[in-house]
Amino acid sequence: MWTEQEILMILQGLWETIVIVGVSTFFGYVLGLPLGVLLAVTDSDGIKPHPMLYKVLDVVTNILRSVPFIILLVVLIPLTRAIVGKSYGTAATIVPLVIAAAPFIGRMVESSIKEVDHGVIEAAQSMGAGTFKIIWNVLLAEARTSLLVGVTIAFGTILGYSAMAGAVGGGGLGSIAIRYGYNRWQPNILWPCVIILVLLVQLFQVLGMKISKDLDRRRS
Amino acid sequence: MSEPMIKLENVSKTFTSGSGEVEAVRNIDLEIEKGDIFGIIGLSGAGKSTLVRCLNLLERPTEGRVYVNGKDMIKLTNKELSVERRSIGMIFQHFNLLMQRNVLDNVAFPLEIAGEKRKNAREKAKKYLDIVGLSEKAAAYPAQLSGGQKQRVAIARVLASDPKILLCDEATSALDPQTTKSILELIKEINRDMGITVVIITHEMSVVQEICNKVAVLDHGNKVEEGTVEELFRAPKTEEAKKLVFSETAHIRRMQSSRQIRVVFDGRSAFEPIIGNIILELRTPLNILYANTQTINGDAKGEMILQLPDNKEIADKMVEYFKEKNLGAEEVNYVD
Repeated sequence: MWTEQEILMILQGLWETIVIVGVSTFFGYVLGLPLGVLLAVTDSDGIKPHPMLYKVLDVVTNILRSVPFIILLVVLIPLTRAIVGKSYGTAATIVPLVIAAAPFIGRMVESSIKEVDHGVIEAAQSMGAGTFKIIWNVLLAEARTSLLVGVTIAFGTILGYSAMAGAVGGGGLGSIAIRYGYNRWQPNILWPCVIILVLLVQLFQVLGMKISKDLDRRRS
Repeated sequence: MSEPMIKLENVSKTFTSGSGEVEAVRNIDLEIEKGDIFGIIGLSGAGKSTLVRCLNLLERPTEGRVYVNGKDMIKLTNKELSVERRSIGMIFQHFNLLMQRNVLDNVAFPLEIAGEKRKNAREKAKKYLDIVGLSEKAAAYPAQLSGGQKQRVAIARVLASDPKILLCDEATSALDPQTTKSILELIKEINRDMGITVVIITHEMSVVQEICNKVAVLDHGNKVEEGTVEELFRAPKTEEAKKLVFSETAHIRRMQSSRQIRVVFDGRSAFEPIIGNIILELRTPLNILYANTQTINGDAKGEMILQLPDNKEIADKMVEYFKEKNLGAEEVNYVD
């Protein structure tokens, strides 16, 4: 059914997908977590309201979020080239993925933080906690289960985006599925790729939810 | 007299929102002495919660001055304010514990904020958990505790920063009467044994009677009455205060349309059979609608609602008689 070469190619694609999505999720959070914290903190009902800064972040986030990923991919080619030296392949896919994921992750982080009970924040303030301590010990610590659910959602979304990156010569299973499945109509390659992608999302979803649930102390 | 622990001068707080301005607190002057258990009572929306937040500057007053422990709070820098807040503990109606931390780490939290290492903080936290009687719950999470236990943890958390003042914002309003009593008992102990000044925000007269020595009545952002709890209970002066003091007997007064009078007995008048004397003297019976004893500030006080006879002349005489005896007599005819 498959040649050894094809099996190796699919395995190679799987590995690339894991690397692309893993690294992109990581760097997405490197940018998105501070962004989300800033959005939540500087909002009018945040702990350090700053209308100007909030407005700027809000608008930038919305603009990036509203550009379709496939367009962003093309628009960002010069940036990608500047960072990784070329505009195709595994490493090159990561740049636009991070840029696309960061604002989306920022919004999820913002909404997770806003779920934290205002009374608990007030209690920390009444103890003399400064802004940084409240962010670290109250906002992020209390929102941790919701933040983890966000990570699993982000992973799934970035995985979806990564398949699109295949369309412009990025690496990974998505790219294989498009090249062999769409361009050459080889269902024996297309379907394994799709099934592996589905399983990957499932696996991560189940794992993420379990960790998040195990860490939650709100139930008795 | 020494400097009061808390002093408010002409404090106002106005909230501005899209739909206009709301004056939550208006021109409040207040002095709270060291060692007081000071009650601030009012119906919901009276501005009590805003007022208490003006004490530790969780709300910044739009006008006026706030002095706590001799410091002009409004002039402090953020850093100085953080330090000052550590000596002003606060507990809340909904406890506001960190749900993802266990009980011991909740108590250790203020110590960590103050810069203690986590290990040291935990060690010290054990002592405070012991004071509130919850040592065996150290490893439990807040979600596993009852309301009363949660409030005890919150109190231990406050004690951990060795405060001079304890602010209680409706701290017993989410608790059942029995638990309320035990929490108030604990607050009383803290006040007595550690010399911590306590400010209690509540809408329940029973809480004030149980624990406070002084009280201020708040209504629509204004302070309408202030004095000792005994004075307020015996003879409330303003309509707003009367509403709060008489609220517990409202259901009894509602049943009768005739004239009614509320009298308050204390140790001094209890020796004289006043009601018996009145009946004998005026040869007209007097109906007791309600009678109760209350402990106010450690003193037993008797409270009675009496139905006056229909004969206006005799009824007037009775009222006068009670007033002469200084029994805080007040006509409390029920009006809906």
